[in-house]
Amino acid sequence: MSVATLGHERHGLTLGGYAICLNGVLWREALRFIHQRGRFLAALVRPLVWLVIFAAGWRQVLGVSIAPPYHTYILYSTYVVPGLLAMIQFFYGMQSSLSMVYDREMGNMRVLLVSPFPRWFLLISRLLAATVISIIQCYAFLVIAWLWGVEIPDAGWLVVLPALIIGGFMLAAMGMVLSSVIRQLENFAGVMNFVIFPLFFASSALYPLWQVQQSSPILYQACLLNPFTYVVELIRFSLYSTWNPTAILVVVGCTIVFTAAAIFAYDPARGLLARRPGAAA
Amino acid sequence: MDGSDLAELTALAPDPGTPALSVEGVSHSYGERRALDAVNLAVPRGGFAALLGLNGAGKTTLFSLITRLFDTRHGRISVQGYDVARRPSAALAELGVVFQARTLDLDLSVRDNLLYHAALHGLGRRRAQARAAAVLEDVGLAERARDKARELSGGQMRRVEIARALIHEPSVLVLDEPTVGLDVASKATIVEQVRALSRTRGVAVLWATHLLDEIEAGDHVIVLHLGKVLAAGEMSAIIAAAQASDLRSAFRQLTGTAAPTPEREDAGT
Repeated sequence: MSVATLGHERHGLTLGGYAICLNGVLWREALRFIHQRGRFLAALVRPLVWLVIFAAGWRQVLGVSIAPPYHTYILYSTYVVPGLLAMIQFFYGMQSSLSMVYDREMGNMRVLLVSPFPRWFLLISRLLAATVISIIQCYAFLVIAWLWGVEIPDAGWLVVLPALIIGGFMLAAMGMVLSSVIRQLENFAGVMNFVIFPLFFASSALYPLWQVQQSSPILYQACLLNPFTYVVELIRFSLYSTWNPTAILVVVGCTIVFTAAAIFAYDPARGLLARRPGAAA
Repeated sequence: MDGSDLAELTALAPDPGTPALSVEGVSHSYGERRALDAVNLAVPRGGFAALLGLNGAGKTTLFSLITRLFDTRHGRISVQGYDVARRPSAALAELGVVFQARTLDLDLSVRDNLLYHAALHGLGRRRAQARAAAVLEDVGLAERARDKARELSGGQMRRVEIARALIHEPSVLVLDEPTVGLDVASKATIVEQVRALSRTRGVAVLWATHLLDEIEAGDHVIVLHLGKVLAAGEMSAIIAAAQASDLRSAFRQLTGTAAPTPEREDAGT
């Protein structure tokens, strides 16, 4: 087929074309994940260590009283599962942002950005791909937790899915914003220390907020300001098929803000990347 | 459709007589430092143009603007008549790009790299597979399709990148110093293959280089130095205008700097 005959065919970015592009981004993310088996193993082992070792050690120390969404006293291992699901998504979101920094340093990012599809669509495709992979990890973890003896309501397996989708997307978007401001791969250790750990520990992932409030009102306020807290609570309530409008509103709001910020950051007209030589690599 | 819609469509539609790639009055700065200063150049449809400039001349910045990695704030760039700023999708669909840095995903196979790129251009699976086979055949790497990209030599990786840039059948191919870091034989293969593709497929090529031995008589040459186009035209015209004996002397006269030889370049200068 000659160049001339193809000319106009490809300018019409059809709905089918968008679907192919999204599928391609998902497929590449999945292939990378499969090829890096160590990543998958690490992603599963990390929360399992918390569940099997940390939760076992703390179950006698931490008393978890009856508080929504729970209707009875629960073991600490049951309490911590939603937090660990959010942790999986949080770490994968950061892993994905690390991968974006790596792609930028290695030049792969350019291949994505010179696609004729709109940049917002490419970035959202990338976020969706990260979300899908994180959800697969979450379900793998849930199965193991269930085998370990953690009780998960039957409906919760399905009802938690939308929460995992929106929560995973929000955390991936947050990672993408971070990736736009990280100039070098080496700086990622700083992100671990100054972003991931504070957000994870200053949340309701490991201990109930009422206990935090009793021990440290300042930390309690920090937990309330932390968007990660609301991802944890959204997953927790969804797992027990319970409605938590505050968590939904905060997570949806943060998703919109982080996604808009990521699109802004990667916009060649306005974004942060255009302000320095070689930054779009 | 009313009159205003029609007028807008007419304004957006490219004129068939326009060059394949056109850069008009483009300037770009990084803070206070001016990287490009009112650059003008054009590559005719199906033509081969060499963008000649030393390291730091502004070639990579220009590529970043052409490929819309950076936004064009001053001037206008169009591909097949489509303005990169106003109609980026149409312009980028016409463009095949080979960046200076290696951009293959080393963990994926050669074929998967091509299929990923095809998906980013909206090519369906069946068509993408057929195109991947065809372009790998074009660059002589069909038998390496299932190998991981990291198993290839530097020259082979570059050829895969050229194949990848062609998978969506662009009408313009831009290459940013594609032979940097390659041995003499690989360089020769790549130059020859791209020229052949340009001739047989009618693809317009903008080939950025700082090596004079990659330029042939009859090529359209654009001399870029410190962000400015100092001369543009056929090689013989540039030599004549500079009243020089060859392109090397003309380049020296125009820039006040010696052009690097392949030997010097290989030595890392």
